[in-house]
Amino acid sequence: MHSTSSTIVLVLAVFGASTVEMVEALTIVVAAGVSRGWRAALEGAAAAAAVLGVLVAVVGVPLVRYIPLDALRVVVGALLLVLGLSWLRKAILRSSGHKDLHDEDKIYADTVAELSETGVGGGAVPAPARAHSERDSLGFVVAFKGVFLEGTEVVLIVISLGAAQHRLGLAALAAAAAVVIVGVVGLLVSRQLSEVPENTIKTAVGIMLTSFGIFWVGEGAGVNWPGSDLAIPVLVGFFIVVTVAYTAFMRTKLPAPAPEESTAT
Amino acid sequence: MRGVKAFGKFWWDFLVGDTPELFLATGIIVALAFLIDGEHLVAVILLPLVAAAFLLASTLRGRRRAPGR
Repeated sequence: MHSTSSTIVLVLAVFGASTVEMVEALTIVVAAGVSRGWRAALEGAAAAAAVLGVLVAVVGVPLVRYIPLDALRVVVGALLLVLGLSWLRKAILRSSGHKDLHDEDKIYADTVAELSETGVGGGAVPAPARAHSERDSLGFVVAFKGVFLEGTEVVLIVISLGAAQHRLGLAALAAAAAVVIVGVVGLLVSRQLSEVPENTIKTAVGIMLTSFGIFWVGEGAGVNWPGSDLAIPVLVGFFIVVTVAYTAFMRTKLPAPAPEESTAT
Repeated sequence: MRGVKAFGKFWWDFLVGDTPELFLATGIIVALAFLIDGEHLVAVILLPLVAAAFLLASTLRGRRRAPGR
C-alpha cells in the first residue's frame, strides 16, 4: 500500500517530464522534417532516442546493482531536488508573467527559417527537391540534437527515480509511453504542439521531483518519515500550496513590468 | 581533454547554471538531513521549509524588474 503511492508518483513524474521534453523535441523534429525532408529528420530522432536508451541501460543498471541504496538515495535525491526546484522556479516565474511562456510556434518558425536559409551550397533547398535524393545531413543533425538535448534531462530523471526505488524498468516504460503518445499525437496534429499546457505539466513535474528529492535525501540520511512512503503525497501537497501561494504573491504583490521596460536575472 | 571540459561544463550548467542558490539549497538540505537524523520530526518539518524558503529567494531573484527598481 505504502509503496503504491511512491510508484504512482514515480510514473506520473517520469511520464510528465517526458511529455514536456518530448513536445519540445518534436517541435524541432517537425521543423527539420518540413524544411529539410522527413527521412533525415526521423532518422536523426530515432538515432538520438536509441543513444538515450543505451545511456539508461549503461548508467542506470550498474547504479541499481552496485551502489549501496542509502548512498544512491542521497545522491539521487539531491539531483532530483536541484532539478525540481529549478523547474518550479521557472514555472512560477512563467505563471506570474516574469518569464515568457515557452512558445512552440516561435521555436518552430525560427527553426524552419534557420534551416531554410542553410541549404546545401548556401541557398535554400526545398524539402521536395531532396525527397528522393540522398540523406540530408543537416536535417539529421538538427533532429538528433533536438531529441538528444531535450531527452538528456528525461534520462537523468528516469535513472534517478528508477534507481532510487529499484524500479528502473518501470521508469523507462513510463518515459517510453510518453515518447510514443506525444510522437503519435504530434505527427497527427503536425505543428499544433503549442496547445499542450506545457507550463502546467512542468509545474506538476517540478512539484513531484522536489517532493521525491527531499524524501530520498531524508531516507538516505536516516530520517524516518512518518507513514513511510505516504509522506510523499504529503510533501506533494505541501509544495502545491507553496507553488500556488508564491505564484499568487508574485502576480499580486510584485507584478511583472511590461517586457520592453524590464530586466531579469 | 575537450570532451572532459564539455562534460564538466554540461554538469556545471545543469546543476548550477544561473541559479547557484538552488544548488546551495540542495547542499544545505543534504547537510541538515545528516545533522538532524536523530530528530526525525525536526527533519520532517525543516527540510521542506528550507526548500520552500530557497525557492522563494530564487524566484524573487529571477523576477523581471523595471529599470531603476
